[in-house]
Amino acid sequence: MNPYLPREAEIVERIQETPTVFTLRLRLTDGQPYGFEAGQFNMLYLHGVGEVPISIVAGGEADGLLTHTIRAVGRVTRGMMALRAGERIGLRGPFGRGWPLAAAEGREVVVVTGGLGCAPSVSIIHHILRHRERYGRLTILQGVKHADDLIWRTQYEAWSRQPEVRVLLVADVASPGWQGAVGRVTALFDRIELDAAHAIAMLCGPEGMMLASAAALEQLGLAAGDIYLSMERNMQCAVGHCGHCQFGARFVCRDGPVFAWPDIRDLLGVRGF
Amino acid sequence: MKHAAFLPRHALQILLDALSGEGYRVVGPRVRDGAILYEELRDVADLPAGWRDEQQPGQYRLERTDTQRSFAWAHGPQGIKPLVFRPRESLWRVHRSADGRMAFSASIPQDPPLAVIGARACDLAALELQDRHFLESIRDPSYAAHRAGLFIVAVHCTHPASTCFCVSTGDGPRAGKGFDLALSELDEGYLIEVGSERGAHIARMLPLQLSSDEQREQAEAEIAHAAALQTRQLPGTNLRDSLFANLDHPRWREVAERCLSCGNCTSVCPTCFCHAEQDLPSLDGQSAEHVRQWDSCFSEGHSTIHGIVIRAETGQRYRQWLTHKLGSWHDQYGRSGCVGCGRCITWCPVGIDLTEEARAICGPNGEGAT
Ligand code: SF4
Ligand code: SF4
Ligand code: FES
Repeated sequence: MNPYLPREAEIVERIQETPTVFTLRLRLTDGQPYGFEAGQFNMLYLHGVGEVPISIVAGGEADGLLTHTIRAVGRVTRGMMALRAGERIGLRGPFGRGWPLAAAEGREVVVVTGGLGCAPSVSIIHHILRHRERYGRLTILQGVKHADDLIWRTQYEAWSRQPEVRVLLVADVASPGWQGAVGRVTALFDRIELDAAHAIAMLCGPEGMMLASAAALEQLGLAAGDIYLSMERNMQCAVGHCGHCQFGARFVCRDGPVFAWPDIRDLLGVRGF
Repeated sequence: MKHAAFLPRHALQILLDALSGEGYRVVGPRVRDGAILYEELRDVADLPAGWRDEQQPGQYRLERTDTQRSFAWAHGPQGIKPLVFRPRESLWRVHRSADGRMAFSASIPQDPPLAVIGARACDLAALELQDRHFLESIRDPSYAAHRAGLFIVAVHCTHPASTCFCVSTGDGPRAGKGFDLALSELDEGYLIEVGSERGAHIARMLPLQLSSDEQREQAEAEIAHAAALQTRQLPGTNLRDSLFANLDHPRWREVAERCLSCGNCTSVCPTCFCHAEQDLPSLDGQSAEHVRQWDSCFSEGHSTIHGIVIRAETGQRYRQWLTHKLGSWHDQYGRSGCVGCGRCITWCPVGIDLTEEARAICGPNGEGAT
């Protein structure tokens, strides 16, 4: 197996979520099976431009399609946004270690996300809702900069109507009609009750937000080892060779992107790492 | 060296020829552009006989000596790393047909296996680390292909440079393992040790003689002398804890005022593995080649994500280099990432000496008292 060699994937469906965020639903053309864990990522390749690491939102469902939600921020992702259904890209993966969804079975799950409705966290929610009976109460805390940034707004509404699911939204800046709270995501921790001894938390978003949330969760009584975070770094090889994703001794691509809080708390928040 | 045989000086050519005869492309040290580099070597007359290297922080100069020996020097800017982890290499190609379908094909190296003459102990130690990095957890196909064919003739070091400190890292000057054949150079010829089955196969083609007690003692004494000549050392073999306890040490800012962030240190370091990937489209846009080339944690792009540079400041980059090389490497590969070759000291344009920086940050015993 050559870990660098992409496979061909056809864009079956393309959804424009916001002016800069889009979703690609992909079919691998080689017909070979593909399995992944929530929280893992693929390297997507745009012909003649290059590769980018993108978290897997969903896949392996009835239609067998892989879903990636992508923000156009660089050459590759901007180029990908211009692609249409029927066009092809390269794909290799899955890579890395995902969320501890097996360890979370039978427990209450708290998902804390920031930014644009963080894709890695959506994979957790999909998994739990698909296997609802295996998990306890699900609390989703979502913070965004600006109320208009929230994508999947209808999804959040649908999730909040599921049994034993709470969704709390907060925006730094509200806009007319915003029904969530205003402020930082950490402000929401005062508003939730939590069975800390039986809960597990999964965090994803800007590092400052994750740091503050991990500290707040510890204060609520969660064991540090029950708090998990998804990290992002420059990634080029995805297999622990190119060195770009190093975070101290850890290779984020291979040892992460999901880490237990005690494994990264030494360097998280230290500028330059 | 108990079982070493003796190879007369004039018979070294037979070794080169035997290796070529077995299908190897032989590379060895040659003087090129004022430095010693490993290049194609067909004739022993092209070895750097009568040359030695004078190395100081920020300085490398070749000088004539009156010795007839061919290996009476320390090393050049590159060891054997570029032979296996190529500075630039194709990973795969893609062709897109008119209907938009894409066909990917791996670029697996096809060039003949290499035999390298004159590998140093430090470079063999570095190679062992690179093997672990590129082969152990996930196998790198290109590295694996170059590595599988590589035949190594080590030469024990007898002329360390002033910048060398392999004794303090435990990696030299004697090449202890990882070679197919190892030579000790004497005035009249070479003592030769066999390190592998392949090495034994080649050794059987050579006109070997019995070595004398005096020759073996002489060779040992020269290696011991080389060790005794070294003056530099790291302040400890494991500086991880003290480096990470001193992430705010004022020395990082101080060294940043001298450091040019040029990346010379990482490009001469035999253990650095960082590389960047790049996609090169053909002019007609129908195909593209995906290549990788050496990168450095001193480059801006190394830590850039979504347009933000995580290590924007030189001090943060120097700290990444030192905390990785002498610190995190212990967690990643069970030992320091420094094999004491001293190249980063010699080839630093402003002569920054990592042993000195480590001492300033970790204290004289590496205890990390700030
Ligand atoms: S850090 Fe410097 S002395 Fe150590 S192996 Fe690398 S180049 Fe040689
Ligand atoms: S991070 Fe820096 S020191 Fe470490 S291997 Fe890469 S280039 Fe070398
Ligand atoms: S992305 Fe290359 S080492 Fe992690």
